[in-house]
Amino acid sequence: MTDRLNEVSRLDLETAEKPYLDSNELIINMGPRHPATHGVLRVILKLDGERVLGTECVIGYLHRGVEKIAENRTYTMFNPYVDRMDYCAAVSNGLGYCEAVEKLMNVEAPPRAQYIRVILTELNRIASHQLWLGTHALDIGAMTPLFYTFRDREEILKIFERYCGARLTTHAFRIGGCQYETYAGFEKDVTNFLTFFAPKIDEYETLLTTNRIWLERTKNVGVISAADAIALGVTGPVLRASGVKWDLRKAQPYANYSKFDFEIPVGTNGDTYDRYLVRMAEMRQSMRIVEQAVNGIPEGPIMGKVPKVIKPPVGEIYHSIEAPKGELGFFIVSDGSTQPYRLRVRPPSFVNLQALDIMVRGLLVADVVAVIGTIDIVLGEVDR
Amino acid sequence: MLNSFMSYLGSTVTPGEAGNQLWALIYVLIIFAGVSVAVICMNWIERKALAHFQIRLGPMRVGPHGLMQPIADALKLMLKEDIIPAEADQFVFWVAPLIGLLAAFTVYTVIPFGPSQAVSDMNIGILFMLGVSSLGVLGIVVAGWASNSHYPLIGALRSSAQMVSYEVAMGLTVVSAILMTSLNASGTGTLSMIGIVRAQQEQGYWFIFKFFPLGFIAFAIFAIAMVAETNRAPFDMAEAESELTAGFHTEYSGLRWSLFMLAEYAAMIAVSSIAVTLWLGGWVRPFPNLLHEPVWEFIFSLFPALTFGGLAAVAFIGAARMPADSFFKIQRIGLAVFAALLGFIALLLLVIAVAGRSADTSVAARFREGIDYVYWFVLKVAVFMYLFIWYRATWPRYRFDQLMKIGWKVMLPISLGVLVVTAIVGVLVK
Repeated sequence: MTDRLNEVSRLDLETAEKPYLDSNELIINMGPRHPATHGVLRVILKLDGERVLGTECVIGYLHRGVEKIAENRTYTMFNPYVDRMDYCAAVSNGLGYCEAVEKLMNVEAPPRAQYIRVILTELNRIASHQLWLGTHALDIGAMTPLFYTFRDREEILKIFERYCGARLTTHAFRIGGCQYETYAGFEKDVTNFLTFFAPKIDEYETLLTTNRIWLERTKNVGVISAADAIALGVTGPVLRASGVKWDLRKAQPYANYSKFDFEIPVGTNGDTYDRYLVRMAEMRQSMRIVEQAVNGIPEGPIMGKVPKVIKPPVGEIYHSIEAPKGELGFFIVSDGSTQPYRLRVRPPSFVNLQALDIMVRGLLVADVVAVIGTIDIVLGEVDR
Repeated sequence: MLNSFMSYLGSTVTPGEAGNQLWALIYVLIIFAGVSVAVICMNWIERKALAHFQIRLGPMRVGPHGLMQPIADALKLMLKEDIIPAEADQFVFWVAPLIGLLAAFTVYTVIPFGPSQAVSDMNIGILFMLGVSSLGVLGIVVAGWASNSHYPLIGALRSSAQMVSYEVAMGLTVVSAILMTSLNASGTGTLSMIGIVRAQQEQGYWFIFKFFPLGFIAFAIFAIAMVAETNRAPFDMAEAESELTAGFHTEYSGLRWSLFMLAEYAAMIAVSSIAVTLWLGGWVRPFPNLLHEPVWEFIFSLFPALTFGGLAAVAFIGAARMPADSFFKIQRIGLAVFAALLGFIALLLLVIAVAGRSADTSVAARFREGIDYVYWFVLKVAVFMYLFIWYRATWPRYRFDQLMKIGWKVMLPISLGVLVVTAIVGVLVK
């Protein structure tokens, strides 16, 4: 512990020339067991009073070696493991992995399967953003939105449960399509959810969007410029809130997204409030996509022509999708056998977390939790 | 002893003023027990009300609708292992919760539940009250220091800075209320808590409506400052759970922790009592000068009985609405007994109201008056307590520097301005 702290004091921080443990500086350990670090993130804070001079993230408390596990599983067997990375958006993870393998094998899922994928993925995006909103508001001290978002998220999880039997780690998709045909009443459930949910977003906004305290706590807090965000590889709502109109659903359309009409909400200031607005707008856009998809869902098979034993040809592939938290990429190297030779995940949470330090320098301790919340990390994905 | 016990009955001054030590002691015991019971009730009400704000049920398991939950909590806390961290300053760690508790409870010696329903009527009552209630911060600072840990230390520092800065604005609004008390024939104001309420009675205004909107602005500033003073949301920086895990009481557990909670809730009731005394006419019932006929007097004296009757009805309906399953049998009986108890109290209050309806000096009439005074006082305090819960359910937490900014840059100038304008208007009116 002491070694670790000594190491931090040697970091290239703004006040590095001062002697270690100058009387003004306080080094405190936030996490891994802390109510606001969203799991087991550990942040070592260097404080001057309450002002943050620098941070150091210590990760790995949830490391399970997912990438190594992939090398010892067949492509089919590995599919459920990706759900355990970003467990708040398991469907998106499954989509990314399945599409990557499909691209490697050069097959494509049939249109009906694509539509089912889009519906579930966008519902999952809403669920992920709801979870983010609830916990983010809780970090800033507003307890009540958490319960509202969980109430409404339940409706999405019910649809997942009816579709594939699981609520959180769904394993909804298979390589080449979907395993399950939609259940009777699926379309109706989804449409009902859309009409149910539209006023609920307004309800969240009533509590927060124009709330004076919420504005003071989020405006100009954790600002990141577009240039910094791009340099750090930040993606997703965090990047878009800085004013960069970059969304893989539009930039490199996959899974039929080019057929749907939706907008990419962007912010201007790159502060916590803009990220909040961007995500709220994204929920509305996701609803638009789901509506179009559920109305235009074609008939047909749900599984493409995929052999029983999946043996992609020798080669490598990088495929990325727009997960709720940013660009989720899968890099797969195949040696022609039934198991990947190497699988590498580009997790959005991990990359976005790098921005924490420049976002919080000079702010107060209270802002650190707000910024951790606004980056929207899931430690299962950061550590893998 | 019996003589001194009996001689006080029917008296119209506080036991402190009458020099009756026995009755003073009885009052102290009643207030101590009453505040403790109020804190227990508040605990249950807060959990239930907060739960219903947040579409939850809250405690439902221990007793019907979780009515026994505070008792279960208290038992659990008392039976927990008593942990003092090895690195902590043991004696200071031990004494810190007691300081907070002492400060919170000492305040009650001057709170006037009625013209004679107070332990003592000090001539510097409000000053004493502000002074003693500010001592509560000492308990917090000392607790944060003695824990010898980072988060409690930051919590303690925040708390002390916050209390000091809000005390100033609070004090200035109190001064403007005191100025208002001097608007009488003799031109002398008073610091006595009972005197302040009497002044409102004589002038025929609650001070919140005095020189509208001056009184209201001063009241609003006081109401904000008192939330900050008691470290409640949205100003709960000292224990900001998502930032400092639990702030100054991170290292505390079991009974010591519950003493902090007891002190916090007792302080909430105490500052609400100050607000009620200064601005909302203390024990005075609504519209005493408009509706002053004996018949109105009688109708208003029925309110305590009606309140308890209403609560009993709610409890009865709750018992009737419980599922018919035999699993709920004991709960249903429990709730019915609770309802019956409330109904019995309502009946008792009704009997007292009827028996003491004549405005003579009989003991029954004095008793009826006393109940009325305490009832209206507690009702007004209860409104504030509900507001405390409502704030907590609705708002996010302010950041520390923003809190200080509001305290020094907004509330202090406004309260100073209100004070000056009140003084000028007061002189002009005269």
